[in-house]
Amino acid sequence: MTETVKEGRRRFLKLAGLGALAFSARKVLGKVAGEGARRWAMVVDPSRCRWDDGCNGCIKACHAAHNVPSVPDPKHEVKWIWKEKFADVFADQEAPHVAESLTSRPILALCNHCDDPPCARVCPTKATWRRDDGIVAIDPHRCIGCRYCVAACPYGSRSFNWVDPKPYLARVNPDYPARTKGIVEKCTFCVERVDRGRLPACVEGCPEKALIFGDLNDPQSDVRRTLRSRYALRRRPSLGTHPEVYYLV
Amino acid sequence: MIERALVGKRGYWAWMGVLVSVIGCGVLTYLRQLESGLGITGLSRDVTWGFYIAQFTFLVGVAASAVIVVLPYALHGVKAFARLALLGEMLAIAAVTMCLLFIFVDMGQPTRIFNVILYPTPRSPMFWDMIVLSGYLVLNAVISRTSLAAERDEEPAPSWVRPLVLLSIPWAISIHTVTAFLYSGLAARPFWMTALLAPRFLASAFASGPALLILVLLVLKRLTRFDAGKEAIGRLATIATYALATSIFFLLVELFTALYGNIPEHVSHFRYLFLGLPGGRTLVPWSWTAQALAALALVLLLLPRTRRREGPLVLACVSIFVSIWIEKGLGMVVTGFIPSPLGKVVRYVPTAPELLIGLGIYGVGLLVLTVLYRVALSVRGELA
Amino acid sequence: MRDGPKIAAGLALFLGLALSPVWQRVAAGRARQPEPVIAKPETRCLASREVMRASHMRLLDEWRQAVVREGRRGATDADGRPVSMSLTGTCLECHSNKKDFCDRCHLQLVVKPVCWGCHAEAAEKS
Repeated sequence: MTETVKEGRRRFLKLAGLGALAFSARKVLGKVAGEGARRWAMVVDPSRCRWDDGCNGCIKACHAAHNVPSVPDPKHEVKWIWKEKFADVFADQEAPHVAESLTSRPILALCNHCDDPPCARVCPTKATWRRDDGIVAIDPHRCIGCRYCVAACPYGSRSFNWVDPKPYLARVNPDYPARTKGIVEKCTFCVERVDRGRLPACVEGCPEKALIFGDLNDPQSDVRRTLRSRYALRRRPSLGTHPEVYYLV
Repeated sequence: MIERALVGKRGYWAWMGVLVSVIGCGVLTYLRQLESGLGITGLSRDVTWGFYIAQFTFLVGVAASAVIVVLPYALHGVKAFARLALLGEMLAIAAVTMCLLFIFVDMGQPTRIFNVILYPTPRSPMFWDMIVLSGYLVLNAVISRTSLAAERDEEPAPSWVRPLVLLSIPWAISIHTVTAFLYSGLAARPFWMTALLAPRFLASAFASGPALLILVLLVLKRLTRFDAGKEAIGRLATIATYALATSIFFLLVELFTALYGNIPEHVSHFRYLFLGLPGGRTLVPWSWTAQALAALALVLLLLPRTRRREGPLVLACVSIFVSIWIEKGLGMVVTGFIPSPLGKVVRYVPTAPELLIGLGIYGVGLLVLTVLYRVALSVRGELA
Repeated sequence: MRDGPKIAAGLALFLGLALSPVWQRVAAGRARQPEPVIAKPETRCLASREVMRASHMRLLDEWRQAVVREGRRGATDADGRPVSMSLTGTCLECHSNKKDFCDRCHLQLVVKPVCWGCHAEAAEKS
């Protein structure tokens, strides 16, 4: 018996619906099954940091690789990774009687690549967003320089280019672009290296291996094994940002 | 109708000349800012929003306060405000124009402004702010132009204007609420992260807006034949009184929660604002002046014998306006950033270029207001 | 129209001046062609000269979208060879002479790509 127009239409819609369902299910299942599902994180070991002889290996490596300018006016400073006092980084952890050997060390501060980043939540153009692998990226072509993300970051990790950065580049890395004035920048977890299977510049630039980088979704990765064996602090965890930079104590 | 703004005597053109010069200075300074970057302002890595965004925040309040004359007239038939609704809407147009300009000059890459429309991001309050502000501008422009044209033709306004007027009432509330949401959703800034921020914004807007409107109406009474009438001024003063009292109450409530709760990162911002912190006391004299002016205004407005006489009323209105301008336009934004998330106290003082650009934008607002009021009063035959 | 002749004369003068690029081209027989210099003539580009000349900006836009926003860095060219989608890493490797290559056409046609501000100027100045 030939089918009526109505029956044919119904059959087509069922097929189309199933197709759409299968397509989205495939995407979801792909994530659950771990297909390409990585979660990058970093562990900082302040006890290995060679702070007492003024080592800046990580900072120099990062800023040189990414053409981060050295702006002389501290108000217009641009920094992707830098040192802070323990008491300032962990201000929410009043630690009055903890050993000085812990609390007197400078702590490296950088973007925490949060799982629920407030900066990405507020950006009006999606110029900053969280990638599936956990890296909070910036698109310097799209940023309108409104600095809402800078206001939203609870860690002070983001820098705005108040002036043209190019005059303040002592040496230029020709393999990486510079930025222009009027946009925001920050640590990118070296996405251009990580996407090619390399380690971030700061991790490679540390002579004491104080920085460990890896995939949290791989139970045998360096970061997972380190976090299993030692306790780690995160910055301002009560804010619900789920930062993915861990500090060993 | 705009051709009516092109006719005038010496005084009018002198005023316009002053405005155009101020605007010109602002434009030239802005070109310098485009050339060298926002570094010519006093802003810094830690205090990333300052004078521009604070003025924008304050002026959104002024824009929203148009609802103060529109609501009683449109919903409750308060006759005293019948002739004022149009003037309130025109004030809103001038204020929103200034808001948009202040946002524009604060952007690091203003040529990319259309990215906000090309890549809409409903999760960002800034996206919604753009929508509601633009919508409010268009709404007020359409309503006022159509109503004025109807007055000129001595006909009733078309029937579709009334739904737009009714829409403008919740819309006015929304512009200031969304602007408050820009701040009050940020866990990073405990000074702003209070549910009371939007109500505080609205209360201070409904105090400063009518105060400004009273001053403007008294100026119009001097310069033109337009007289708003004692009843209208009296009602505006009453509204401003209640709003000011609410605004002061809200501040006291905030102070209690912060100081009694004693969470260090909440207390520190209030301490910076009123007592100063090691590293900076910049805002302390300003905050106390603002509160003193608010208290003075409240007393003048609560006592009938001062509220009803023009001299003290003017003093009260100027005090309210200046007090809330300091509180919102200087205190609120900068204090959110000091101390920084890493505990730094950084000094912020707007630079001369920043102030010149800001002044230029105020010039634009006054220009828009002058032209609109001149056209309106000319149509009504109440110019001089 | 008493001033007719004067108006016609003025118009003719204006058109003559305003359209002078057109007259120059007519006199020369053909438009002045920019002559970009290929720095590495022994290598092959991703696509033919005509395709690249017409579409290199669109290609770079697509690459930017893929690399920056989608995290995809690798692609294949028309012959199936793997290509890294990078202006600096791929294009400028062969076309390393920006002044004699890219700028030749851009300057003559008054095209000022904003891109150079970040992707070339810093390296040029150092």
